[in-house]
Amino acid sequence: MDNAVTAKKKWWSGGSSPFNVSYGKLMMWYFLISDAFTFGALLIAYGTQRFMAEAWPDPNVVFHSFPFMGHADMPLVFVSLMTFILIMSSVTMVLAVNAGHYMDRKSVVKWLSLTIIGGIMFLSCQAWEWMHLHEIGAWWGSNPFPNADGTAAISTNFVDFFFTITGFHGLHVTSGVVLNIIVLINVLKGTYEHRGHYEMVEKVGLYWHFVDLVWVFVFTCFYLL
Amino acid sequence: MSNEATLHSQDLHHHGHAADHGHGNGHDGHDHHHEETFISKYVFSMDHKMIAKQFLITGIIWAIIGAFFSVLFRLQLGYPDSTFPWLESILGHWAEGGRITAEAYYALVTMHGTILVFFVLTAGLSGTFSNLLIPLQVGARDMASPFMNMLSYWFFFLASVIMMSSLFVQTGPASGGWTSYPPLSALGDASIGSKIGMDLWLVSMAIFVVSSLLGSLNYISTILNMRTKGMSMTKMPLTIWGFFFTAILGVLSFPVLLSGFVLLLFDRHGGTSFYLSELFVAGKVLPNEGGSAILYQHLFWFLGHPEVYIIILPAMGMVSEILAVNSRKPIFGYLAMVGSMFAITILAFLVWAHHMFVTGLNPFLGAFFVLLTLLIAVPSAIKVFNWITTIWRGNIRFTPASLFSIGFVSTFISGGLTGIWLGNSAIDIHLHDTYFVIAHFHIVMGVSAFFGMFAGIYHWFPKMYGRYMNQTLGFIHFWITLVGAYLIFWPMHYEGMAGMPRRYFDYSNWASFNSFNGLNMFISFVVIIVFATQLLFVFNFFYSIFKGRKLTTPNPWNATTLEWTTPINPGHGNWPGEIPEVHRWAYDYSKDGKDFIPQTVPVSPDESGH
Repeated sequence: MDNAVTAKKKWWSGGSSPFNVSYGKLMMWYFLISDAFTFGALLIAYGTQRFMAEAWPDPNVVFHSFPFMGHADMPLVFVSLMTFILIMSSVTMVLAVNAGHYMDRKSVVKWLSLTIIGGIMFLSCQAWEWMHLHEIGAWWGSNPFPNADGTAAISTNFVDFFFTITGFHGLHVTSGVVLNIIVLINVLKGTYEHRGHYEMVEKVGLYWHFVDLVWVFVFTCFYLL
Repeated sequence: MSNEATLHSQDLHHHGHAADHGHGNGHDGHDHHHEETFISKYVFSMDHKMIAKQFLITGIIWAIIGAFFSVLFRLQLGYPDSTFPWLESILGHWAEGGRITAEAYYALVTMHGTILVFFVLTAGLSGTFSNLLIPLQVGARDMASPFMNMLSYWFFFLASVIMMSSLFVQTGPASGGWTSYPPLSALGDASIGSKIGMDLWLVSMAIFVVSSLLGSLNYISTILNMRTKGMSMTKMPLTIWGFFFTAILGVLSFPVLLSGFVLLLFDRHGGTSFYLSELFVAGKVLPNEGGSAILYQHLFWFLGHPEVYIIILPAMGMVSEILAVNSRKPIFGYLAMVGSMFAITILAFLVWAHHMFVTGLNPFLGAFFVLLTLLIAVPSAIKVFNWITTIWRGNIRFTPASLFSIGFVSTFISGGLTGIWLGNSAIDIHLHDTYFVIAHFHIVMGVSAFFGMFAGIYHWFPKMYGRYMNQTLGFIHFWITLVGAYLIFWPMHYEGMAGMPRRYFDYSNWASFNSFNGLNMFISFVVIIVFATQLLFVFNFFYSIFKGRKLTTPNPWNATTLEWTTPINPGHGNWPGEIPEVHRWAYDYSKDGKDFIPQTVPVSPDESGH
């Protein structure tokens, strides 16, 4: 009789987690929802300002440089590389989480390290792009780019939003890399082996994928549209 | 091992450091007698009950400051021709010759709003009672993450320190109103209060958002994950539902405010033009082009409107519980109460533009916001009728807590009805930015939420400190506050309908409002009396912590909920033995000839259904 009852477990009647997850993972999910609203607000603010503006710079013209290529016209090639690197770091993160499920410490170390390297590469790319834009006179409050229709830009909104939102995203990637490094240290110390599960890897994995997903939106909004 | 123990042993794994202090405490109900230093018990405490007290006492300090500011600016409004030399001795050059300067007036108004809305009625109310009651009423040893809970308080403390320090900078605190609209808030040259005080305000508020987020994530996770065996969602007391929806609102709306603040900080210091366009300041043309001040208003009110429900929902939950306990009747329409709180939570996100009817908002769009705003009247009315039906023919016990709860229902009705006026864009165009708005939101949100908070404090004080508060002082406190609140805010409706605008320092040169001179003086006079009465409450609170009548029974109000099954002074972990199992909802009062049946009592076979 007891078996019959436990077979139909009442998830919501207390005494256990209704989603069968730890509170930590639950919190991470709610935090991500909250953070999605932060980015959502910034991107919607950007959208409204942009569509209220009469003209806007052409991203193919603004983002056409590539390191060490001089003045070669390579529109959006560099940012595509950045995006590729970040998405690949998500793939390695998936593999790290998966290895964690099998308690395969060596593989976790390998894939997590690659994720960290991917994150650092992305940040370095972003640093180069920012420095390059700064050199040609773009910064908060200073917009050297003419509008796509050839008129001079009267507003600095394009660069203002670009630096604020990619900067805010970069801050998230930075904190993701820091979290990944902390977790990697714990993996190396055997903390999770001792604990019996690699859920922390999963939790930072959730954060990492979220940051990647946000980049897809940032990328679309600033480089493609 | 029980389910509860399983859950907690997970926590122990996740939070090794927390476990060192005996948190989670899931080892099948042994009382943990761990060594606690003064620092770990009273300062960096991870016990949700202590954190609740920290929030409460910090909130009380802020409330005294915020209310005192209102006394100061009411002196100016009520007695514009008089001088008060003592003002100069406390405010210095801000009140030269005993009369508050215009700059000081705006700073006082701004800080009054900021302090009361965020530091008292958000952190002080939700922070106190969510922390105290969630683990106790759902049957958990502590919050899901006691460590994050502690951080939540200390971020709030840091935000408080920064906000407090802004009061003492040379150019004074922020003075652009609690909403901090640009361009006034974005341009340091625009006014004296837009200088460093504004920066401190923004930084403090950003830290406040972090505190709120850490707290809210904890509240949601605790309610979902840590309920004791048998405590299904529909067996939870309505208090918990109130805190639950409050936390959801906070998690979803505060981040948008943070985004707005980030953009504002860049406008202030980065030379950007997010909110700025075509401006002249002090005769100079500014280079900023292409921004929109209205954008800030959208971002602000996307938080700002849910914020009023963040303030009122915990009070609603507590009042529901206190009214049921003190009328010895089950709450009327439990599911309707939950459903209406849910409806309010959803609608909260869909009505923000009703604060912006006069910004040039497209009237077509305004019509939708009118409709959605007026829809809120439906769940609000459901709640009001359910409260009234709950006390209808109840065996009412008039304690200070139950009186304040009834007072809450009263002010919620009289303040809520004027909301139907203001929600209409056509009427709002006339009433916008007048004293009518002041009257409306102070009664429906300020006074009501305070009444909910007072009710909660009187009701759960015995749980917090193991002593009662003095009843007589409580009754005096209630009656003067209730009558005083109506005397203060009711006349403002008339002033507002006559067109008297808010946020003005001096009306004396404005002949059309001279007829209100006597009324303004009267309001200010009552403000002083009501403020003095709140000091009586503060005295009662602190006196009772040390000298109040001691509890002799763990369940002083004969209530059904779990917090009263703990010892009079529960240790960290709340229950010395196993966490009790729950068998019934929280409102079995006057059932089958029994006065009350606690939630922990199993349902007997011959019991009537509910």
